[in-house]
Amino acid sequence: MPNRIAARLDELASRSECALVCYVVAGYPDVKMSQDAIDSLVSGGADIIEIGIPFSDPIADGPTIQAASHSALEKGVTPEKALQLAKSIRKRHPDLPLLAMTYCNILVRVGVEKFMAHAKECGIDGFILPDMPIEEAGAYLQAASKLDLSMVFLASPNTSEARLKNIVKSTSGFLYLVSVYGITGARKSFEDYTLNAIKNAKRLAGAIPVAVGFGIKTPAHVRLMKGAGADGVIIGSAIVDIMSKSSSKAKMAKELVNFAKSMKQACKK
Amino acid sequence: MLGNHPVGGKFGKYGGKYIPETLAPAVEELESAYEKYKNDPDFQKELSYYLTEYAGRPTPLYFAKNLTEHVGGAKIYLKREDLLHGGAHKTNNTLGQALLAKKMGKKRIIAETGAGQHGVGTALACSVLGLTAEVYMGAKDVERQKLNVFRMELLGAKVHSVQSGSKTLKDAINEAIRDWIANVNTTYYLIGSVVGPHPYPMMVRDFQSVIGHEVKQQMRELQGRLPDAVVACVGGGSNAMGSFYPFLDDQDVMLCGVEAGGEGIKSGKHSATLAAGSEGVLHGMFTYLLQDECGQVTETHSISAGLDYPGVGPEHAMLKDIKRARYAASTDDEAIEAFVTLSRLEGIIPALEPSHAISYAMKLAKEMSKDDIIVVTLSGRGDKDVQVVQDYLNNKNRRKKKHAK
Ligand SMILES: Cc1ncc(COP(=O)(O)O)c(C=O)c1O
Repeated sequence: MPNRIAARLDELASRSECALVCYVVAGYPDVKMSQDAIDSLVSGGADIIEIGIPFSDPIADGPTIQAASHSALEKGVTPEKALQLAKSIRKRHPDLPLLAMTYCNILVRVGVEKFMAHAKECGIDGFILPDMPIEEAGAYLQAASKLDLSMVFLASPNTSEARLKNIVKSTSGFLYLVSVYGITGARKSFEDYTLNAIKNAKRLAGAIPVAVGFGIKTPAHVRLMKGAGADGVIIGSAIVDIMSKSSSKAKMAKELVNFAKSMKQACKK
Repeated sequence: MLGNHPVGGKFGKYGGKYIPETLAPAVEELESAYEKYKNDPDFQKELSYYLTEYAGRPTPLYFAKNLTEHVGGAKIYLKREDLLHGGAHKTNNTLGQALLAKKMGKKRIIAETGAGQHGVGTALACSVLGLTAEVYMGAKDVERQKLNVFRMELLGAKVHSVQSGSKTLKDAINEAIRDWIANVNTTYYLIGSVVGPHPYPMMVRDFQSVIGHEVKQQMRELQGRLPDAVVACVGGGSNAMGSFYPFLDDQDVMLCGVEAGGEGIKSGKHSATLAAGSEGVLHGMFTYLLQDECGQVTETHSISAGLDYPGVGPEHAMLKDIKRARYAASTDDEAIEAFVTLSRLEGIIPALEPSHAISYAMKLAKEMSKDDIIVVTLSGRGDKDVQVVQDYLNNKNRRKKKHAK
């Protein structure tokens, strides 16, 4: 069976649709609610789900995701619990592409290949590690290719052409283009350099799809990214914000479904 | 040759550059700028000017006669980094990096600080070189090192109190890295120890190596030989690496790093990363960490804010593995005792950080012969700590009295 991530992106590309990639922190506000949140996002139209495995020192994350990760850790959420969440999602959504997003040390502590093999058993299709540059990725790349997991590397607006080409060579699934100089966190607006970075990445990425993330919050943002050529948009803090502000479970579910619907709508235009 | 490390950015398997992609160009730029200026005579001349005329180098290598007699073993010499401008060895590194930043055309400097000493060192270097300084400091450290917060502000730096995580040094570093990512085009991150992604561990070591080079020369002048042991405290490990590095290939010189044993290794409340940690990735480097079995970095404890860090420089990790250096721990109690002893016997109030090294050196001296020589790096002075020590002693007396009743 082909990797679910590649399969989904191919299918969307054939309809000129942008992929809607949604991020949820495992165990925030609790395990059950993060599971419900994923169900809601999928029913609203999310194409790919990223499960954030909380880490104590998330240097690439802004205050929203930091706080959610911290709260999950305080409640005793471990990488194992996050993977069990993935397992239960996998049972209910057999074809849903599932990525794990975390930091290097979570893998390194247990052993990179061992952790990835176990993640695969739990239904994970690939990894995003914001503090893993290609130079340090030897063991990670080997394990990923052995296990047929997608390795989503990140690129930034200031990544040089030569470097970007090397990143693309190591990437499978999609290239994660960081939209801004900065960390995660919802934004009001974007500058031209973001759009130029998308065009540039698309020019150099060849067959690898480019998804843009960090700061995307509204359908207008999605249209902007799609207009510049993005094959996908990644939404994180905006979702965590909705979850942290919802007053009840029912409200949260409804708000997430509506949010995903409105974002997916923009992905299609 | 051990001194040839890092090779390809690594100390054996330790070190590396585990950083978000946005920082990759900045780290590359730093690497090539450092390569260029490291061997530039004009840069070295200018740095040397600031180190001598402004900061007061060389610092004395003082024979602590009273302490030596008190212990009754090997001769103990103190490398007096406490007399360096700013009150700690940190100034060696901050002047070096701030000057480099200036050459690179960066005008905004950010830094993290634990005890506040590196923050003060950064603030004064930026002040004299005409750069702006913003310092991240854990809220818990802001509380216990108030004097240094005010000193930084007096020197013109802006201090950001960090409320995330454990609110100490590691979180201050996280926040500084986040700032760097957001302002990568204009900002220079001035790291305060031999930690972080390559080239920082190498560069900070090089700037701090002036300590060891002076020790070597002074020892030759005073005694006509090398010391038998060099002892230094290890937080991130910069004063220790600066003391050790010029001796790495002198196999007869024993190198001892002393970590913070807090309330004892068994209590779990300590910062003894090398003694009790395991391998992992934090702050851009592969090294030893204090972490749980899942890879979450754990909170540390030490009476000294400057040693309260769950990681350690990657070069120390290598030196431990190949057994070129040995690493021990002194507890809070032992550090306080050494703090008081040195104050009484030598009229020197040491910072709590090197008090850990002094405590261990006193034990070591007892095991060695009277002809042996130990050099202890007295990395800073204790003015910043007198309040903490007073509170600690008062509490202890109260406990004692309670016990007596
Ligand atoms: C006086 C003094 N010594 C030692 C340290 C520990 O740092 P390092 O291990 O990098 O020398 C500090 C840190 O703040 C310090 O202020």
